[in-house]
Amino acid sequence: MVTGDVKLIGSWASVFVMRARIALNLKSISYEFLQETYGTKSELLLKSNPVHKKMPVLIHADKPVCESNIIVQYIDEAWSSYGPSILPSQPYDRAIARFWAAYVDDKWFIALRSILTARGEEEKKAAIAEVEERTDHLEKAFIDCSNGKPFFNGDHIGYLDIALGSFLGWWRVVELDANHILLDETKTPSLFKWAERFCNDPAVKPLMPETTKLAEFARKLFPKPQA
Amino acid sequence: MADEVILLDYWPSMFRMSTAKIALAEKGVAYEYKETEPWVKTSLPIEMNPIHKKIPALIHNGKPIYESLIQLEYIDEVWFDTYPMLPSDPYQKAQARFWGDFIDKKFYDPAWKVWGTAGEEQVTAKKELLEHFKTLETELGDKTYYGGDVFGFVDIALMGFYGWFKAIEKFGEFSIEAEFPKLSRWTMRCLERESVVNSIADSDKIIEYASVLRKKFGAE
Repeated sequence: MVTGDVKLIGSWASVFVMRARIALNLKSISYEFLQETYGTKSELLLKSNPVHKKMPVLIHADKPVCESNIIVQYIDEAWSSYGPSILPSQPYDRAIARFWAAYVDDKWFIALRSILTARGEEEKKAAIAEVEERTDHLEKAFIDCSNGKPFFNGDHIGYLDIALGSFLGWWRVVELDANHILLDETKTPSLFKWAERFCNDPAVKPLMPETTKLAEFARKLFPKPQA
Repeated sequence: MADEVILLDYWPSMFRMSTAKIALAEKGVAYEYKETEPWVKTSLPIEMNPIHKKIPALIHNGKPIYESLIQLEYIDEVWFDTYPMLPSDPYQKAQARFWGDFIDKKFYDPAWKVWGTAGEEQVTAKKELLEHFKTLETELGDKTYYGGDVFGFVDIALMGFYGWFKAIEKFGEFSIEAEFPKLSRWTMRCLERESVVNSIADSDKIIEYASVLRKKFGAE
């Protein structure tokens, strides 16, 4: 197994960066966190990810790995004997976890973000309805995947927990912005309880940004159009 | 219990059932192929993908798996003892996944706009698509396959779109051979493989199909 220094290029506010950090925490890997400055992209980032020019980038023994879900899988495989497994062991369970993680990014997140970028009440209402429908799918997914256990991955947080859970900070920010509950204790009770457990996990707790700080950052990223 | 593998698809699907077919063929795994039309309910006892409301589905011993790259990894993990498609080294594996993801995310949208639209929208899509082809050409370099000596994960992911290349060239008015010679030669090498030849959709049939859809979409 290759050891060697570990660096992570990222930002405290990024969901995708948080995924990598949670995975590194699960494996108890120490790393140097290279915080990008908002509004610019460092030379190292551009050099390490010339195709997408995006964070996170994990640099392990000078070799870059890009794309958050790919980084999480890499961490699981490169440090397979450290800490719990992040991906399920059975091929079918792995396929299901990958399917829902892709759903989170391709469908659910897009809907969540469209609440922040919605222009006018009609657009906002439509976006909220879409998020609620998709969150409902995730509630069912949780019930199927967890099989009565505390996390999507069973007893410990895993790939799909990380994929969705990293959004919890922003999830709260969007709730505040929309003035509408988006993780409802009565509509999606399993997810609601899972969210609390996830945020309290020792691998996650130090990383979840404070809601007010994140909300302030969100206002920079998604400025409201002048009335 | 013998493995039962069913592939449920619609023959011109841009969602690349060919990818799963090629992979299963390389692994020597027998499967049953069932055609369906995306807007017609299937008569099979399983439901179509309830979330994306689309096919293709790989159904292994009654359990459905969706999304071509997820199917590819699944096939590689289940039938791990023959013809590994992903490298065993975690870093090399991450690189293969990266390129698979690139193809998955970047190719589909501009590609369908090149054959399916006209005017400004098509021009913008063509520019984007050509950039992605260029990136793929550079990544291939002088290698035999994206997997080096091995016809692997990335090769299979990209060849899954091959049936549509001629349609994209025709309606986009460009030549892959002229603009991306390395990629072109790579397709020729892939087409020498039985698994590929037996799995990809007929390019001319797809051109016909795309023509019909272009008129339907109002691109002609």
